[in-house]
Amino acid sequence: MLVYILKRLLGIIPTLLIIITISYFLIRMAPGGPFDLDQTLPPEIQASLEAKYHFDKPLPVQFGYYIADLMRGDFGPSFQYNNYSVTELIMQGFPISLQLGLSAILLALIIGCGAGMVAAYRQNSRYDYILMSIAMLGISIPNFVMAPILILLLAVLLPVFPAGGWDDGSLMNQVLPVVALALPQIAYIARITRGSMLDVLRTGYIRTAFSKGLPTHIILLRHALKPALLPVVSYLGPAIAGIITGSVVIEQIFGIPGLGRYFVQGALNRDYTLVMGVVVFYGVLIVLLNLLVDLVYGLLDPQIRLGAQSSD
Amino acid sequence: MVCLIRKSVWERKVVINAMLLKQGRAQFAANRAARTSVIVLLVIILLAIFGPWFSPNNGEDIDYDYIAAAPTLEQGHLFGTDSIGRDLFVRTLQGTRMSLFIGIVATLVSLLIGINYGAIAGYFGGRVDAVMMRIVDILYAMPFMFFVILLMVFFGRNLILIFVAIGAINWLDIARIVRGQTLSLRSREFVDSARVSGASHWQIIRRHIIPNLMGVVIVYVTLTIPQVILVESFLSFLGLGIQEPQASLGSLVSEGAQEMETYPWVLIFPALFLSILLFGFNLIGDGLRDVWDPKQRR
Repeated sequence: MLVYILKRLLGIIPTLLIIITISYFLIRMAPGGPFDLDQTLPPEIQASLEAKYHFDKPLPVQFGYYIADLMRGDFGPSFQYNNYSVTELIMQGFPISLQLGLSAILLALIIGCGAGMVAAYRQNSRYDYILMSIAMLGISIPNFVMAPILILLLAVLLPVFPAGGWDDGSLMNQVLPVVALALPQIAYIARITRGSMLDVLRTGYIRTAFSKGLPTHIILLRHALKPALLPVVSYLGPAIAGIITGSVVIEQIFGIPGLGRYFVQGALNRDYTLVMGVVVFYGVLIVLLNLLVDLVYGLLDPQIRLGAQSSD
Repeated sequence: MVCLIRKSVWERKVVINAMLLKQGRAQFAANRAARTSVIVLLVIILLAIFGPWFSPNNGEDIDYDYIAAAPTLEQGHLFGTDSIGRDLFVRTLQGTRMSLFIGIVATLVSLLIGINYGAIAGYFGGRVDAVMMRIVDILYAMPFMFFVILLMVFFGRNLILIFVAIGAINWLDIARIVRGQTLSLRSREFVDSARVSGASHWQIIRRHIIPNLMGVVIVYVTLTIPQVILVESFLSFLGLGIQEPQASLGSLVSEGAQEMETYPWVLIFPALFLSILLFGFNLIGDGLRDVWDPKQRR
């Protein structure tokens, strides 16, 4: 197991290097970029940029300095917010995005798995068709369409929830953004759970469990759920990426001061260092979370002989 | 002799393909949701192409008598007008046209990359395949939406870049599918006979492998187009894609979202078109996949 983890850790190094290299050379190549002097910068930022990027050194050395800085969590100064470094902005925004994302993924798992199980147990019934039609709708309606519609219905026409703002994460403020963020993932997870549950329900040991007269809920929850959840676990990686990407628009729509909002503001205002910092930060986060998901999958699935196989 | 063998193999292949096609068509036609989606999508596509011609408005002119007007039959403002008095019917259709156009062109870009990449990896197999697929695995783990946004920030927002960027992130799925199919195709008799008769690797890939992949590819085209439309509207929604005065469904939804409290129709019509478009493509893709690959049926 330890060997396997080490192997996987080594395996993510190329991915991380690609992410960092792409973003570094993009910022260096960009026309009208931060190093063209037609963009007037406040002198203190100009100075700190030049100090940070070591313009007097050859390019490979500059790249080396850049990676060394990243290792220490130093993403450089922000262009837009004079007194902040990008690291400080990330530290401000990320906890909020994290709370939003965690709530969304928990909601998606609970409701998605539940709906998928019901649909599978009652295959081809009215419930199945209704649930799967809703899931198809959930996949097809993008969350930046769903969010304004939710606001229109539940904040404007029927003022139950606030239409935006964060208010330090009060429950009422969280409901709409979390729901909007979770809906597409609920739909995907429901479809996946239903599919794998159908496979599991056809296996011999479930038939045995039924034939020896165990109550249905015990069969479903205790015997069928765990194997049926394996495909859901392997979907968690894309789900996390989807939620992080989705949080960018959701935070924009609801005016939540999370990392995604900083990212969009930075992108619109050409705050290069901020945009790049967020990309590297989220890139590393997604790669690490994918690794974690794979490891959990390995722990759950007895069919995978860890270490015996190569890195895949 | 060689020629004879090739011909007979080829003929048998055609017969089998025709049989499968007929069966598949019947199965697809029996899928009511997919059938309805085809009709709805055709209506939307025709409307997007020809609809603006039948409207007395043109989507750019400002109608000072009808600023932010609710949907009305007067002056042909079927969907009302937006906050500066442009006809929303025409603008929604133009946005639909733009979204479809980007969807199709960017899908073609991703096909071009994905088919070639997957066919080469699958055909040569072995170490070439291992390395090429390892690269795909690595790329899969990357947060692509962020890279596209990064590209938009650094290189400005132009249409060609949108195509390339979106196409370049969507080829991974196609490459994987194509590779899998190629792996099974390359050991079939007609490939052997082509090789025996002296065809080069490139000729075999182009003449024998790729034509046989088309069925699979068509399924994935219908599933890729909605993804691409989604990515494009996501970018446009954030203000990083299509710029005024051009419109795509994403930028129209974004405009609508800002004004929905006072003029909800500015949101509702583009949102409806976008959702129906994505819904239709997804249903057709699902239906086609059921026909093509019954094992994946859910």
